[in-house]
Amino acid sequence: MSNERTLDLLEAKIEELRQLNAADGIDLSGEITKLEKKLLDLRRELYSNLSDWERVGIARNPKRPYSLNYIETVFTDFYELHGDRILGDDRALLTGMARLEGSPVVVIAQQKGRSTEENKERFFGMTRPIGYRKAKRAFEFAERFGFPVVTLVDTPGAYPGLESEESNIGGAIAASLLTMSQLKVPILSVVIGEGGSGGALAIALADRILMLENAIYSVISPEGAAAILWKNKEQAKEAAVALNLTADHLHELGLIDEVVPEPLGGAQRDFDRTAADLRVALVKHLGELRELELQELLDARYARYRAVGKFQEQESDAA
Amino acid sequence: MAIFRDRQYLRVNVDKSPDESLWMKCKSCGELIFKRRVRENNNICPNCSEYFFLTAEERVELLVDEDSYVDITRPIAANDPLMFVDRKPYSERLEEAQEKTGLVDAILVGQATIHDLPVILAVMDFRFIGGSMGSVVGEQICHGIEAAIEARCPFLLVSSSGGARLQEGLFSLLQMAKTATVRGRLAESGLPFISIMTYPTSGGVQASIASLGDIIIAERGAMIGFAGRRVIQHTIAQELPSDYQTDAFAFEHGAIDRVVKRENMRDELSSLLGFFAEVA
Repeated sequence: MSNERTLDLLEAKIEELRQLNAADGIDLSGEITKLEKKLLDLRRELYSNLSDWERVGIARNPKRPYSLNYIETVFTDFYELHGDRILGDDRALLTGMARLEGSPVVVIAQQKGRSTEENKERFFGMTRPIGYRKAKRAFEFAERFGFPVVTLVDTPGAYPGLESEESNIGGAIAASLLTMSQLKVPILSVVIGEGGSGGALAIALADRILMLENAIYSVISPEGAAAILWKNKEQAKEAAVALNLTADHLHELGLIDEVVPEPLGGAQRDFDRTAADLRVALVKHLGELRELELQELLDARYARYRAVGKFQEQESDAA
Repeated sequence: MAIFRDRQYLRVNVDKSPDESLWMKCKSCGELIFKRRVRENNNICPNCSEYFFLTAEERVELLVDEDSYVDITRPIAANDPLMFVDRKPYSERLEEAQEKTGLVDAILVGQATIHDLPVILAVMDFRFIGGSMGSVVGEQICHGIEAAIEARCPFLLVSSSGGARLQEGLFSLLQMAKTATVRGRLAESGLPFISIMTYPTSGGVQASIASLGDIIIAERGAMIGFAGRRVIQHTIAQELPSDYQTDAFAFEHGAIDRVVKRENMRDELSSLLGFFAEVA
């Protein structure tokens, strides 16, 4: 990411000047203001007209805030619950209780790693069957105590290895979907980075679906679509456009409820602001959902998913 | 292109004799065989017992009582919500698939009896864009489930699908959520859902509705799984055993209840449905 690099260098330079300014008593404030303006202009230029493919890059940027960053900032008192009670504990999908502006919620969140070491532990954010079964446990736990559920989606996809198939990953995803569709508490999902196919949907059958501005959500990765449909992995850019995987496109298509804005260049450029905006959005939607009677909530969820899809009526006796 | 010109086309037992040749070659044993003998033998090679691919109509014919099938497929068609174009426009792929198969999309829904026991069944057709589940397939499955609730009879789904219809983007992914949601209503109605997995049952279909059967039966020779061989080799480059995602693999790992031979499937379903005759 050479654009990112330029921005980083500029930011470092400004910081350096600030320190000089403070230390030597030489007035560099004019210089600093000039550089800050340059930085802002550059950000605007680079980020205000992002292509879909550039957003894929931002959604996957290794500096992007991950679930734990939001869990620590948007919520308080995170109390993690471990294990699927059958086989193990998936470190790529975290579950637990937390408070959102003081009220308890259950958080179910997909977690990527930053270092190689972390990624080994977290399987690059790919959820395994034990993760989905832990999620199912957390959904049912939430229902039992009347806690609303907030899920944070950030995965390239479900983990596709042999051991996943041996533990019936498809069945685990299916079971999670059925559980969410009938869950007697509000479910709120936020795609914070990558919403990779069934692996993401498996914790995102929600009453409200939000996406951060630079998050993506797709039936298949652009690279996968390019390989299968274009028979050429190089055409991932075209695939990214065709798939309509950005938050804005999906909002226009009526498939998600709100796009939470990010600072120019992505959430990592001003994390506190992003987290604050996300908290406001979560509180708003949760407030609306809490006002519904249980039956209204369930009926609305049913109606939403019963209706999803686009097709046309066909005349029964005409071409 | 007149797909629904005459709903008769959906009737089973259509004579398909105009097909060019009377003989066909079995890809498995290489033997030249008389086509009619293959058809009479449930599309199984009389020489080597290899299964031939079944279209949705052939599948229906294999499973239900003669003349009992009444098509209730909703007259709806895909409308390309993303105006998707890869090497070819999706709209063109749809037209080609419709012409090739005589179907509007990759599924038929009907009511029928199996040894006199009523069922609603939805049957996928792999020839139609890999049997992929887009908005139409998702809707037809839900329609079938609702018809089963209405008629108070069991619901059967025969899957033959590579997964989600990629050309419909997130609309197709959400069909997993849609079918799972409507499936919940069947459970609330106390009616059984028998899921039959055939070659192949994979991706988004296996990871949603097909895996939610009260009873899951695989046809012998089925391929069952979430992520295909190629995906695994591309992403994590793992060595895979030769039985990966076979019917035996799924059975051994507890993903399905039983593996049934094609020629026994109708009898199997009949005895199974017998248990629920009182429930429905």
